[in-house]
Amino acid sequence: MAFGAFASTATAPAEPVVRRRSRVALWLLLPGILYLALFFLAPLLSLVIMSFQAPVEFGDIGQYQTAFKWENYTTVIGTYGPHIVRSFVFAATATVAALLFSFPLAYFIGVKLRRFPLLQALALTLVIAPFFISFLLRTLAWKQLLSDESWLVSSLHGLQLLPPGVHVTGTAFSVIFGLTYNFIPFMTLPIYASLERLDLRYVEAGGDLYASPASTFLRVTVPLAAPGIISGALLTFIPAAGDYINASRDFLGSTDTAMIGNVIEANFLVLQNYPAAAALSLILMVAILIPVSVYVVRSGTDDLL
Amino acid sequence: MAGSFAESGADLELVGITKRFPGFTAIEDLNLTIPAGSFFALLGPSGCGKTTTLRLVAGLEEATAGRILIGGKDVTTTKSFQRPVNTVFQSYALFPHMSVLENVAFGLKRRRIADATAKAHEALRLVELDHLAQRKPQQLSGGQQQRVALARAVVNRPALLLLDEPLGALDLKLRRQMQIELKTIQQDVGLTFLHVTHDQEEAMTMADTVAVMNKGQIEQMGAPEELYELPRTAFVANFLGQSNLFTGPVVSSTATSIVVDVAGRRIEIPTERAQRHAGDVTVGVRPEKLMLHTSAPEEQPDINVVGPGRVTDVSFSGVSTQYQVAVPGLGSMVVFAQNMVFGPVVSLGAEVWLTWNTDHGFGLADDPADAPRFAADTDTQSLALQKREKLEAELEGA
Repeated sequence: MAFGAFASTATAPAEPVVRRRSRVALWLLLPGILYLALFFLAPLLSLVIMSFQAPVEFGDIGQYQTAFKWENYTTVIGTYGPHIVRSFVFAATATVAALLFSFPLAYFIGVKLRRFPLLQALALTLVIAPFFISFLLRTLAWKQLLSDESWLVSSLHGLQLLPPGVHVTGTAFSVIFGLTYNFIPFMTLPIYASLERLDLRYVEAGGDLYASPASTFLRVTVPLAAPGIISGALLTFIPAAGDYINASRDFLGSTDTAMIGNVIEANFLVLQNYPAAAALSLILMVAILIPVSVYVVRSGTDDLL
Repeated sequence: MAGSFAESGADLELVGITKRFPGFTAIEDLNLTIPAGSFFALLGPSGCGKTTTLRLVAGLEEATAGRILIGGKDVTTTKSFQRPVNTVFQSYALFPHMSVLENVAFGLKRRRIADATAKAHEALRLVELDHLAQRKPQQLSGGQQQRVALARAVVNRPALLLLDEPLGALDLKLRRQMQIELKTIQQDVGLTFLHVTHDQEEAMTMADTVAVMNKGQIEQMGAPEELYELPRTAFVANFLGQSNLFTGPVVSSTATSIVVDVAGRRIEIPTERAQRHAGDVTVGVRPEKLMLHTSAPEEQPDINVVGPGRVTDVSFSGVSTQYQVAVPGLGSMVVFAQNMVFGPVVSLGAEVWLTWNTDHGFGLADDPADAPRFAADTDTQSLALQKREKLEAELEGA
C-alpha cells in the first residue's frame, strides 16, 4: 500500500518537480543511511570477517588472524546444536504464552475500558510500569520468588502440589516463565494499539450475520487485530530467541537451560573464542530471519489495514 | 432453522417496547405491527428513537421492557445471531479483511447453507457487482459498498431485512437509483423491509407504510399519500413536507365543514378532514395547493381566500418556484407554484392573494393550547429554509 502511494507521486507528469522531490527525500534519508552504514553494516561486516578467522599459530589465547576457516560454522553447529534448538523452542513457547496472556489484557484495556478514558490510561501505565524497575532486578526478584526457600515454593511443597525434591528455578519452566514475563508489555502494547481502533460495528455485523460470539471473535476480531498480533509476536520472539539473562545460571536458568545467547556470551567473554561467538551470532541472525520473513509474507502485512 | 432460508417475509410485532439509557428514555411504550412482505419506513428526525428501535429488533440492544415478536415467535431474549433478521448498516460495516465475495458468503457459511459461494455470486449478480467479487471492500466506491452491504444481507433471505439509513452517504443520483433497486429487490424476493430514515422523500417514494416517529413514539402511521394529505399533528405536517398552519377558534361547525376564524379571516375545511371540531384548532394546507393571484379574487363557495400579502422571497428550484408570502395576521406562508411558464410569475415585493380549495385543508389533532400561538409558522419557515439550503446543495452537487 505504501508502495502504491509512492508510485502515484512518482508517475506525476511534472517531471522537474518529481526530481526535486526525490532529491529532498534523499537528503532527508541521508542521516538514516549514514547511521545504518556506520552502526549496522560496518559491525555486521566485521562480524562476518571475524567468524572466518583462525587462531594465530603459537599465539596467546584470544589472538586471531584473518582467514577463511568455514569449519568454524560446522564446529559450532556440532557443539551447540541443542542450544540453538532450545533457544527457538523456548522463544516460541514464551511468545505463545505471552500472546495468550496479552490478548485478553489488551482486549480489556482497548475495548472494554473504551468508555472510561481515565481508567484506560491508568491500565496502560500499569502495563508499562515494570519498565520503571531495571529488567535485571525484576528477573532477580523472580529468582527469589521461585527459589526453594521462597514462601511460594515452600507452600506449594507444603500443599504437596509440588513433589518433594522438585525445584522451580533452573528449569525450562522458570526460563520460559521469565521470558514470558519480561516480554508481555512488548506483546500487549501493539495488540492494544490494534484493538483500540477496532470498530465494534464489525463485531455487531458478525452477530447480525449469524456468527456466534466465539465465531465472531475468531473470524472478525482476531483478523482485525492481526497487525498488532504480528508485531507483538515479532517484538517478543526476536529478542527472546537471543536473550541470555533469563536462561543464565545467575538468574532463572541452569547449565541445562542455556540458550544460544548464553553460549555466545561464554565464548566471547570467558573462552575468548571470538570466531565461534561471531559464527553463532550470524547463525542466530539467519535462523531468526528465515522464519520471521516467512511469517511476515504469509501473514500478508501489506494487505492488512 | 440452521441450513434453510425463511420461506417468506415475517410479521414484526413490537409490544409495549421501552428502552431507557442512563439519563434518558429513547423509546416509551412503543407498539407497532409490520405485516409480512411490506416495505415499512420509520421516519423521524435524529434522536427520535428510530435507530434504537431498529437495533432492538436486530438484537443489538436489549429492551428495558416489552416484547418483540418476529413471525409470531417471541425473540425478546434471543441474541442477534439467533434472530432471522439481517441489517444493512448505515456505515455498511463490510469486513475489511475479507473480499467482497467472502463478505457476502459470511452469513450463509455461518448457517452452513449448501453452495454458499454460488449463492453469494448470485446475490452479487443481483446488485450487478459479480465482476468485483474478489476485490476488498475498501477498493470499491461508496455506492458499490452499499450494494455489497445489501447483497450481504439479502443473500440470507431473512424473514425481516432492516435498513439503517443505508442511502445516506450516497449522492443524489445514486440514491435515486438505489431507491428503485431496493424497491425492486423487495418486490422480487418478497421480504419484509424495515427502513429507518430521516429523509421524508425517500420514505414516501419507497415504503408502503410510513410511521413518523418523534420523541420515542409514533406520531402517525399510514400510507404515504394518506400521511401527506391528511397529517394529524403539527409535527407530521411539518416533518413530512411543508405546511401552512393557522390557529383559531371554530366559529361554525356543520356536518360537512367547519369554519375557523384566523385573525378575522374565515378558513373553511371539510369536517371529515378535521380531527377536532370545537374550540381552538390548528388547520393547515400544503404549499402546492395554494394559488397565487395578483388581483383580489372574487369570493366563491368552497374557496378559501387570504390576502393581500407581500412576496418576501422567491426561490426558483427548477420544476417549481417557492414563494414566501407575508400575510398580515397570518404570518409567513409558503407557496409552491409549478413553472408552467419560464421563471417566476410574480416578483419580489408584489402584492398577492392566495386561494385554495376548501377540500384541501386539514385540521390537526394537537391542542393549540399546548403550543405557542403561531409557533408552527416559524417552524414552517425554518423548515422551508432548510429545504431550500438542501435543494441548493443538491443543485450544486448535481
